Amino acid sequence: MQVSMPFSPDQASSYSGQVDSLFAFLCVLTILFGTVITLLIIYFAIKYRRRHKDEIPGQVEGSMKLEVLWSVIPFLIAMGIFVWGANIYYTMYHAPSEALDIYVVAKQWMWKFQHLDGQREINELHVPLGRKVKITMTTEDVIHSFYVPAFRIKLDVVPGKYSTVWFEATKPGRYHLFCAEYCGTGHSRMIGWVEVMEASEYQAWLAGGAAEGSLASSGEKLFQQFACITCHRSDGQGRGPVLQGLFGKEVPLQNGGKVIADESYIRESILSPRAKVVAGFQPIMPTFQGQVSEEQLLQIVAYIKSIGAKAPGEAGVSNPNAPAPAMKPPSQ
Amino acid sequence: METVAEITPPRTHYLNATYGVKSWLLTTDHKRIALLYLASVTFFFFLGGLFAAGIRIELLTPQGDFVQAETYNRMFTMHGVVMIFLFLIPAIPAVLGNFLVPLMIGARDLAFPRINLLSWYIYTVGALFAVLAILFGGVDTGWTFYTPYSSTYSNGNVILTGLGVFVVGFSSILTGLNFIVTIHTMRAPGLTWFRLPLFIWAHYATSLIMILGTPVIAVTILLLALERLAHVGIFDPALGGDPVLFQHLFWFYSHPAVYIMVLPAMGVISELIANMSRKRIFGYKFVAFASLAIAAFGFLVWGHHMFVSTQSVYAGMVFSFLSYAVAIPSAVKVFNWTATLYKGSISYDTPMLYAFGFIGFFIIGGMTGLFLAALGVDVHVHDTYFVVAHFHYIMVGGTIMGYLGGLHYWWPKITGRLYSEAWARFAALVIFVGFNLTFFPQFLLGYMGMPRRYYAYPPEFQVLNVMSSAGASILGVGYLIPVIYLIWSMRYGPHAPANPWGAAGLEWRTSSPPPTLNFEQVPVVTWEAYEFGDPSENAESRMENRG
Ligand code: HEC
Ligand SMILES: [Cu+2]
Ligand SMILES: [Cu+2]
Repeated sequence: MQVSMPFSPDQASSYSGQVDSLFAFLCVLTILFGTVITLLIIYFAIKYRRRHKDEIPGQVEGSMKLEVLWSVIPFLIAMGIFVWGANIYYTMYHAPSEALDIYVVAKQWMWKFQHLDGQREINELHVPLGRKVKITMTTEDVIHSFYVPAFRIKLDVVPGKYSTVWFEATKPGRYHLFCAEYCGTGHSRMIGWVEVMEASEYQAWLAGGAAEGSLASSGEKLFQQFACITCHRSDGQGRGPVLQGLFGKEVPLQNGGKVIADESYIRESILSPRAKVVAGFQPIMPTFQGQVSEEQLLQIVAYIKSIGAKAPGEAGVSNPNAPAPAMKPPSQ
Repeated sequence: METVAEITPPRTHYLNATYGVKSWLLTTDHKRIALLYLASVTFFFFLGGLFAAGIRIELLTPQGDFVQAETYNRMFTMHGVVMIFLFLIPAIPAVLGNFLVPLMIGARDLAFPRINLLSWYIYTVGALFAVLAILFGGVDTGWTFYTPYSSTYSNGNVILTGLGVFVVGFSSILTGLNFIVTIHTMRAPGLTWFRLPLFIWAHYATSLIMILGTPVIAVTILLLALERLAHVGIFDPALGGDPVLFQHLFWFYSHPAVYIMVLPAMGVISELIANMSRKRIFGYKFVAFASLAIAAFGFLVWGHHMFVSTQSVYAGMVFSFLSYAVAIPSAVKVFNWTATLYKGSISYDTPMLYAFGFIGFFIIGGMTGLFLAALGVDVHVHDTYFVVAHFHYIMVGGTIMGYLGGLHYWWPKITGRLYSEAWARFAALVIFVGFNLTFFPQFLLGYMGMPRRYYAYPPEFQVLNVMSSAGASILGVGYLIPVIYLIWSMRYGPHAPANPWGAAGLEWRTSSPPPTLNFEQVPVVTWEAYEFGDPSENAESRMENRG
């Protein structure tokens, strides 16, 4: 069901219609409920207006039947709304695995985007039409919130962790991007545009500029630069675990627990290696807190992802009409 | 309202029993303390309103031009802090509650009169800190003080403002404590729990929240101060903390605080509806228990402010579910108020106009609460003007309408004077129109995607913003008119009889204004709540019938 509200922003993502429908339903419910109560009040107020000043009306005690009725019916309706709303919500925050990855670093007061192919943009985000896009975000300072009204999505960007949301754009165009969480003096300047492009245009745009090579290759350079490679050798001879094939796998921990190696886990492993120590290894990995920037971290994550559990070509981009991924297989 | 000219007021009453500044500043009479609060909260209401005026002027144009961004951010923060902590939270309980709780239960004062005075002093000290913070340049964190912005990045007077909020909280706690003990131990003979006016039930429920919730905000502010001053890592991830933890703690108090603001207003509305239609509240017990249910459930829904905060999706679902559960008792109240009118004797005097206005605003405010509790919709409208409109419908449309309705209804009792009914009705109408014009456009702005706390905004939002600012100026006038005629009435208004409305309730069975000890004789209650006519006679005749 696709309903368009008179005051709704553009409907440019797969969620727009769903959210608008629920919103429209709620509007109808409000108008109905509001009208019934208002009319009743007006009717009673006129019909039973005070006729002389000492009038004392007969008393009515209340009615169990009515009370039950007007508790249970609203409750049932409310439960319907709850399920409807929860359904949309659940989808938004569960990115499908085949989505195109885009990385975001927010800071006072700008949005920095990194594409897998290495393009970087500020306050401007290009995305392809009709492709699932997963946004992985973090911030260098305070909390911000990534909000694209035309897509009906919003998610806070919280320092110290990654948050992810996904969407599929359904209409080409240029749409507002807002920071929705108050973040200081320039909060209202922390805005930008999301440009939804036809697949072919998007290809052309991608081909246009990626001076520094793909994100994963930048990550690989950092991997060498920070000497991660000395401990994490692909031949298993290093002092640290082999990272090839790590991404997406379950990792057994020293304390007996387990953890899925996702973006957040890798980030944590680099910044606070002692937080989760891999079973069978000594906690000798130094922390890189303060040495790597959030953007570099994302590049390293993209690199580790690219050598992850899936075949390298599959990591991140798997859509057939995706550009040939610029990621190389791990250099040995 | 009956205007009876030849009323002779009681010769001595609480207002003229003693004279002089000292007799007011050292009073332990709950009625005088209520008036001290009345003066304080009125001052802060207009101070908060001044900030609102600044906001609305800035938002007339899309680009930032009236003030600097920094100033704008301080204005909306101070607007929120002043309105919430210094006006909305104390307004009804500390003014009307203070005045009426003992009168309504047939007591001579609150259980701890000196603690009552202490609460006012604590409030004043806390408010002074807030005023100092404003004088030193204010604070720019938003009234929500989200970390790590507040703890690490902001260069406003976070600590001083926080201290103000911290201190004012204790006044709230003491007031709650005083009410609870008073309601438990000081009811007149025969005044059983189910004979209590619903105003008392509402204040009882509110007091529970004040006592249980306020310490949490105190602790939260302490932790914030610890991080900001001593760099102990609690909320800032750069120091090893968790910023979302702050939001949990903050809303654990601040959601129930919404009910601290609105439950007393609901109590007022129950009185107004019942007395102005001379009908016992339909489903009295349901309305009474609805207050307690709201107070209890209110503690379980804080996470609905955090649906997009990166909290777990499953937590989001639980909070959404519980938010719908807490909506039901509120709906039940609306239904019962409406049903009360059925076969009543409905007066159109000013207090009733406010009650009607309250119900209208509360329906819109409450229903839009259901929009916000719907997870998928909230993601879109969270932190937009939709939320701003929603909570102003509840706080301004609900709480302030209740407060003003109550103030008008009990004004003859408080001052012993009658105000001009014509002016009062006119002001109520202006407020109604101004309010809707101010806040309704904000729902549309929010759905269109305009984020809140924006100093400058894209041009397509301008028309609705201009409408909102126009409405705000009407609303401002609407709020000033009562100040004039109410003050005027204190000197020139006709004397009020003991019971100008023909209302039920013990407070109307003593002179207007009441004597210092409230009643000449301790009343003995033999009738139910909201029995109209002369219930003591009714009761006697009932006894005779039975005999
Ligand atoms: C001094 C050797 C050393 C260096 C240098 C080092 N690591 Fe590690 N790393 C380890 C060890 C040992 C472990 C396993 C114990 C643990 O979890 O702390 C580990 C664990 C990890 C893990 C978790 C692996 C798993 O199987 O779950 C990741 C990811 C990681 N390191 C990434 C990096 C990156 C990226 C760098 C460079 C920025 C780096 N490491 C530098 C020694 C090192
Ligand atoms: Cu922001
Ligand atoms: Cu809330």
